[in-house]
Amino acid sequence: MADPLRIRVNGRDWPVRASPDTPLLYVLTNELELHGPRFGCGLAQCGSCSVLADGVEIRSCVTPVAAVANRSITTLEGLPAWYAEQKGLSSPPALHPLQQAFIDVQALHCGYCYNGMTVKGAELLANNPSPSEADIRKTMNGHLCRCGTYPRVMKAIQLAARAIAGGTP
Amino acid sequence: MSEPAAQSLGQAGSRLSRRKLLKAGGALIVGFAFAGQATAAPAAATARGTLAGPPDPERIDTWLAIHADNTATLYFGKCELGQGNTTGLLQIAGEELDLAMSQMAAVRLDTNVTPDQQATSSSSSIERGGPQVRAAAAEARQALLLRASQKLGVQVGSLVVAKGVVSIDGEPNRSVTYGELIGDKPFAIKFTGTAPRKPPSQYKLVGTRVPRVDIPDKVAGKYVHMQHVRVANMLHGRVVRPRGQRAYGSGAKVKDLDEGSIAHIPGARVVRRGDFVGVVAEREWDAIRAAKELKIAWQDPPLLPEQPHLPIVLRDAQSTDTVVVNVGNVDAGFAGAAHVASARFFSPYQAHAVFGPNCALADVKADGALVLSSTQDVYASRKMLATLLGMPDERVRVQYYEGSGTYGHSCYEDAPQAAAIMSQAVGRPVRVQFMRWDELGWDNYGPAQVAAVRAAVDDDGNIIAYTYDGWQHGWHTDETSTELALQKTPPERSAGSFSIIVNRMSTGSMYRIANRRVTSHAVPMAGLLKGSPLRSPLDMALSFASEQTIDELAFAVKMDPFEFRRKNMGDTRWLGVLEAVAKAASWIPAPAASRRSHAEIVTGRGIAVGTHHVSYGAAVAEIEVNTRSGTIVAKRLYGALDCGLAVNPALVENQIVGMLVQATSRMLKEEVTFDHNGVTSLDWASYPVLRFAEHPDCTPIVVQRIDEPSSGAGEEVMGAAGAAIANAFFDATGARLRQYPLTPERVRAALAGRNTGN
Repeated sequence: MADPLRIRVNGRDWPVRASPDTPLLYVLTNELELHGPRFGCGLAQCGSCSVLADGVEIRSCVTPVAAVANRSITTLEGLPAWYAEQKGLSSPPALHPLQQAFIDVQALHCGYCYNGMTVKGAELLANNPSPSEADIRKTMNGHLCRCGTYPRVMKAIQLAARAIAGGTP
Repeated sequence: MSEPAAQSLGQAGSRLSRRKLLKAGGALIVGFAFAGQATAAPAAATARGTLAGPPDPERIDTWLAIHADNTATLYFGKCELGQGNTTGLLQIAGEELDLAMSQMAAVRLDTNVTPDQQATSSSSSIERGGPQVRAAAAEARQALLLRASQKLGVQVGSLVVAKGVVSIDGEPNRSVTYGELIGDKPFAIKFTGTAPRKPPSQYKLVGTRVPRVDIPDKVAGKYVHMQHVRVANMLHGRVVRPRGQRAYGSGAKVKDLDEGSIAHIPGARVVRRGDFVGVVAEREWDAIRAAKELKIAWQDPPLLPEQPHLPIVLRDAQSTDTVVVNVGNVDAGFAGAAHVASARFFSPYQAHAVFGPNCALADVKADGALVLSSTQDVYASRKMLATLLGMPDERVRVQYYEGSGTYGHSCYEDAPQAAAIMSQAVGRPVRVQFMRWDELGWDNYGPAQVAAVRAAVDDDGNIIAYTYDGWQHGWHTDETSTELALQKTPPERSAGSFSIIVNRMSTGSMYRIANRRVTSHAVPMAGLLKGSPLRSPLDMALSFASEQTIDELAFAVKMDPFEFRRKNMGDTRWLGVLEAVAKAASWIPAPAASRRSHAEIVTGRGIAVGTHHVSYGAAVAEIEVNTRSGTIVAKRLYGALDCGLAVNPALVENQIVGMLVQATSRMLKEEVTFDHNGVTSLDWASYPVLRFAEHPDCTPIVVQRIDEPSSGAGEEVMGAAGAAIANAFFDATGARLRQYPLTPERVRAALAGRNTGN
């Protein structure tokens, strides 16, 4: 029997039981029992399943697990550590600054889309520390929110950008 | 094979088998019994959770428990949908009990645990659920003070309470805590009916901007949505249906099913009951593949009408008519008119389009069932499941797990019924996750409506006559899973609920109109699509038609639309929201369409009012119209809401923002499409909603009325917001759009002077 497929998620290696064609999402939710990535459409249309692969946002619902075997996956749960690594912090903060900003502006309703909003927003802030409103609208456009919280996601990303610039946390 | 524990990823697994007990507020609150009846519950849990509910609503213990550590557990019958009602209800309880937010926690809804407060619908959590919670908390406080007075040897009137510490007024050292008075023991008394409530003037917690209790876990990825729940030994299930529902009443009839067609998928098997077809498999991906690859042929369905003919079909149907309002003499009113505005409007079928399709988990055994779902009414859900499973209600236990926002009757009953059917068939727990096309294609849509509105104004700008006629069908009664499994067409719900008929509140009630008639024409649903309440049911259609007509009257008498509305309103609360929204928007009076430009991109602003059944909503919209492409961009929306006493203005503001954005989506983008065979809106490409780049800036305004009873705050700005956008389009272009969504094609047609009405 061949060695089982392994994936690296949030800094840890995991053996995969699923067949190699299984979308990453179902491995993360059923084998690793993560609550960040979640099913929304299975069609890469909504962003609820988003994770980072080597720091780049991908849709785990359409990405075969075998395709990420050699890449480093970061999920919502791993964002504080991912942020700490970028910033050279000695230990991860409890929350990524964007997560804290979502609390500060009381952005959520049901919160189901916030996995994607957080993962994509964190990617944006890593690439562009002071995004304009137009940057945010463009970058976040692949992430749907049915509750209508876009205005507060916008506000939170701007708040998080200021917090990061100000050195907090 | 041993694996690292999930917890090492910083994430607690959600397998219920690992979590026999939940802890909240330091107290043991519920034992999970996976069979319908009690298993050995830990002693500390006492009897709670071991018996089928609903518990007696007249008993204090039904609503709350006080623990030895001076914390409290609250038992609500209204579920958290992301609207923040748990936070609001805790504020109400904490206010009457004099407990801080940090001392309280609520448990999930559970038919073995929580009281029956009816469905979490119609924005009723605070309006109708709040007074029940307030009453229970007041009764508990009274009982606790009685105990304290005996313990401290003084009259109840000499006692004061802060954070659950009862002390003698002026002698703070002589005190006793709630926890010391009753700690974890039952009150064991019924309501006295004499417990005093705090007067609103003394509120310290109610009326304040307490942060939502559910948000921290949601942002951290620790929250357990229904879609996260896994249990030991479960199978993954998927429903197998034609992609897109067919003409209502015809269900979907299996013609040919080849079970062998999925034999190559490990562990996959078909579950069939009547025309209900599902597949189960050990692994989720295998269940998805099996549902996709199963060879199944369906009988040809009866034909649906051509979608463009829908307005004519509704208008010409044999309807059952109800005169909802008839005051004065409309014929006489119109006879004296200086100007009459009259037009026909059309509103499409729209979907709940929940962002995360519904999910449910059922464990059905011979002697009972446990079903986990995102139902908005655990007790009604239990009854339906019991019927489907052939069990007494008491043998079925339903627990609520929040799903993705639902905005009305999405597939949140259909998914648990599908899970229950499959679990009963295979004898193991089954988790059913609806796929995107299941949820959108078999949703219970907000019904389409044709409206004919006629209104008249005199020379002085007084509205003197008004008629509204609406043609729409009602709601279904049974879920699709039941309908398919039992192979019977459920009756249409044609009576007994006021939302399926034209709502008198949204049709001119806000104005002083001496002669007014509102007529509802109930059209049979058979042969059309399955209908059900969608956030602010029918109100977007009603306000779209009614408030554009009011705007036309203002235009006819060359008045500013805000001033015209103000002149015709008598009610101070309607005036309150109208003036509040105009002020926030820095509204400068001018007749509509008086500042048009010939640029390619033109701008406009509109104002409108509306509600659902209670509360008072008003909105202003500022839009841009690209006259060449036909694209409308909603730049900024303002929404004002008077919901009486706003228990938490921050929650209401967040609801207003959500309503403004969702109403923009429904006004500009959303329409369920279908062809002769069935619905063709099956994903986010075929049912587009407002995207991030398209969202308006939003300004919420809460008109706080501390001495008025609280009323709904989750729906009542939808109609005003949509109509304000439509009125802004007229202001920008001088053309009226009488059918939504306001798509580029319809805009271009209107600007080309073609008829867009019906």
